Amino acid sequence: MAKTYQKLRDMLGAEVLGLLMFLVVVVIGFGFASPRFLSAANLGSMAFQLPELGLLTLAMLVPILTGGLNLAITFTANISGLTLAWVLQSNGGVDAPTSAFVIGVIAALAVGTLAGFVMGVVIAYVGAHPILVSLAMMIFLRGLGEFLTHGGDISGFPEYIQPIGHGFFLGIPIPLLILLFAAVGWHLMLSRTRHGFAAYMLGSNIEATRYSGIHTKRTLTLVYTFSGTMCALAGIVMLSRFNSVRVGHGEAYILITVLACFLGGVDPFGGFGRVFPVVMALVILQVLSSGLNLLGANQHLATAVWGLFLIAVMVIRWIWNRFARKQY
Amino acid sequence: MTASPPAIHFEHITKTFGGVTALDDVSLTVLPGEVHCLAGENGCGKSTIIKIITGVYQPDAGAEMEIFGHKLSAITPTIARKLGIDVIWQDLALFPQMSVAENIAFEAVLGNVPRVVRHSKMRDKASEVLQRLGVNLDLEAPLHTLSVAERQIVAVGRALVGEAKLVFMDEPTASLTKSETDKLLNIVDKLSADGVAVVFVSHRLAEVLKISSRVTVLRDGKLVGVYGTEGMTQSRLTELMTGHTFDSVVAAQDRNDAPTVLEVKNLSRRGEFKNIDLTIRAGEIVGVTGLIGAGRTELGHALFGMSRPDSGEITINGAPVRFRSNRDAIACGVAYVSEDRLTLGLVQPQSIADNIVLPVLDKILDKLGLFSAAKKEKTVHAWINDLAVKIGHPDDPITTLSGGNQQRIVLAKWLATKPKLLILDSPTVGVDVGARAGIFEIVRKLASEGLAILMITDEIPEAYYNSDRVIHMSGGEFTGEYDPRTSTIHQIEEAVFA
Repeated sequence: MAKTYQKLRDMLGAEVLGLLMFLVVVVIGFGFASPRFLSAANLGSMAFQLPELGLLTLAMLVPILTGGLNLAITFTANISGLTLAWVLQSNGGVDAPTSAFVIGVIAALAVGTLAGFVMGVVIAYVGAHPILVSLAMMIFLRGLGEFLTHGGDISGFPEYIQPIGHGFFLGIPIPLLILLFAAVGWHLMLSRTRHGFAAYMLGSNIEATRYSGIHTKRTLTLVYTFSGTMCALAGIVMLSRFNSVRVGHGEAYILITVLACFLGGVDPFGGFGRVFPVVMALVILQVLSSGLNLLGANQHLATAVWGLFLIAVMVIRWIWNRFARKQY
Repeated sequence: MTASPPAIHFEHITKTFGGVTALDDVSLTVLPGEVHCLAGENGCGKSTIIKIITGVYQPDAGAEMEIFGHKLSAITPTIARKLGIDVIWQDLALFPQMSVAENIAFEAVLGNVPRVVRHSKMRDKASEVLQRLGVNLDLEAPLHTLSVAERQIVAVGRALVGEAKLVFMDEPTASLTKSETDKLLNIVDKLSADGVAVVFVSHRLAEVLKISSRVTVLRDGKLVGVYGTEGMTQSRLTELMTGHTFDSVVAAQDRNDAPTVLEVKNLSRRGEFKNIDLTIRAGEIVGVTGLIGAGRTELGHALFGMSRPDSGEITINGAPVRFRSNRDAIACGVAYVSEDRLTLGLVQPQSIADNIVLPVLDKILDKLGLFSAAKKEKTVHAWINDLAVKIGHPDDPITTLSGGNQQRIVLAKWLATKPKLLILDSPTVGVDVGARAGIFEIVRKLASEGLAILMITDEIPEAYYNSDRVIHMSGGEFTGEYDPRTSTIHQIEEAVFA
């Protein structure tokens, strides 16, 4: 048993193993408390709810690794979704051809990417603080979006885009598949490319990284640019899941994504953190929320439990660092 | 008991940080009104002992501490201040936007009840103190309009307002001109006559001998001894500080036949350096020494592409170069070991392995352009073995290493770029004396393999014993060149500290 534990810990790292064990405990707990928890219907609904928050969390992750923050994620997603909606609407709405959809998706990705790029350039070259820059971008995008939509919903899209939000592929919900691909892509970028390596390094010490010959300004610009692209992807998934776009949708997610990153072991000061533990953290949050919901708890109470849970995690980490680490 | 107790009487002071012993059973006694000097090389423990006396650090168990006759088991900064101990740090810790009067007197009126700041009272206090020092300063002038020397005086004034009876001055003359220094030393004399003890930390030995009555010498965290300055000579003091029994061998050789690697003609950058001419041949080590602020690091930065010179030419291996960034310089084969290992040399919290491969990410990619773990491991292992770095695991944080081993990692990361010119800026800062020899062994081996090396250093003996030529830089210009085979170390010292 101890040997298996050792082996698992070496393979996954103590952080992931801790989260994994916690997840197992929570799932078993809810499984006993509510017979419906492990039903296909509930698992399916969790699998459909998770990806929006997941994609937005990935968009938040890399800026945090560089010691920054992207507060504009949800509104970048909204504006990207709006772009797609606009392309579809101006090409026949419900009857829009697939070509319009493809063009719309490209346009949406381009808009999200552009929003990220502008933030990145200002942060990297002007040297303004990421919180201020992304806050300004967030307010700009929200204002722009509300102006364009008059604060209302945009809906009426062709039937064939529904599967992106509701369909299955090989028995797996398509939004979940999109999240998995995005997470694997992010993982590869962070662990196997020069860009990802530089992002970690400059998150720890940007000047020392620059002295080592890394183009830190370009790296920082790209970090926010890619974050914008990921937001756009989230926006597209959100559009197909709700079959509508409303500016402000998912606004409550902004801080949840930050918390999911920290729960996943990302260093709030930058430089350390991996994709896999963050995805685990997301699953835990989703399980907590769905489980409490099934037990008849109020949605707001579930949010309160998230908060309590995160505080508990911080205390447990502190205890861990103080006592357990001394064995090494 | 008629004699007044010593200002401070500290014994058995030991301080360890992690596994590193910064102070080892050191004692220090300063008499009231005495000008006492704390002498020793960089990293000998001078600043650690100041921090212990002022309550910033706590000493390890076993220390005996007495301040003005009060036996203390623990010191906090508040206690130290209350007992009349003040420090004037090198950065002075003043408020640039506030006036002279505010800087001098604001702490003194902080505790007042009612809690209202009365400017007239502050002015009175400040002018009283400046009179006591015998200086005239405009009380309303914002501090940032003052010269460095005048700011020093403000800092002294602030200490006096706080009723200081013992003032530490950490390298107060490092950035002062000759006449400014004299003025400051005058003030030190006045303080002493006033009954205020002054503990003076300075690299300028002539100053030390002139102003102080006794000197405590530290080396590698150990007490060498306490000496009266009567009859003490500079060279004797140097010997005590460095422990060099002068059996070091001059390593200089003639390299005139080797091909030229770096050629600099008339290089200038306003406010930093001017008219620099420099040639370094393959295998040659050129030492550049001088005082802080002489423009040495700035020259290193320009050669590494971190700043752009206003005029002049840089040629590497016969080809003229113009660096737009340090990436260009690295591509041309220039490597730069920063004097500031903590914030510029290494990405501190990251791993040993990641720090080594950081400048050579292009060389550890597989066919798909992704990192190859195998190639990374190979590179890291090769350099750790080559430079004999003592590490636990390559994935451990770089902070787990001692200063000497960290410096080896910095060398490793730059050698991995296969440089032609290596710029070493203060390569032994924060490195134990024992480990320093190891660093120079590596440096000399690299030179023998054909690397051109520019070594910037404060430590004149280091430059003297390890370079083929030693250049004295002062006020942004090269003011003298010495061949260690035909010059003595004292000639260089005299030129630098003149």
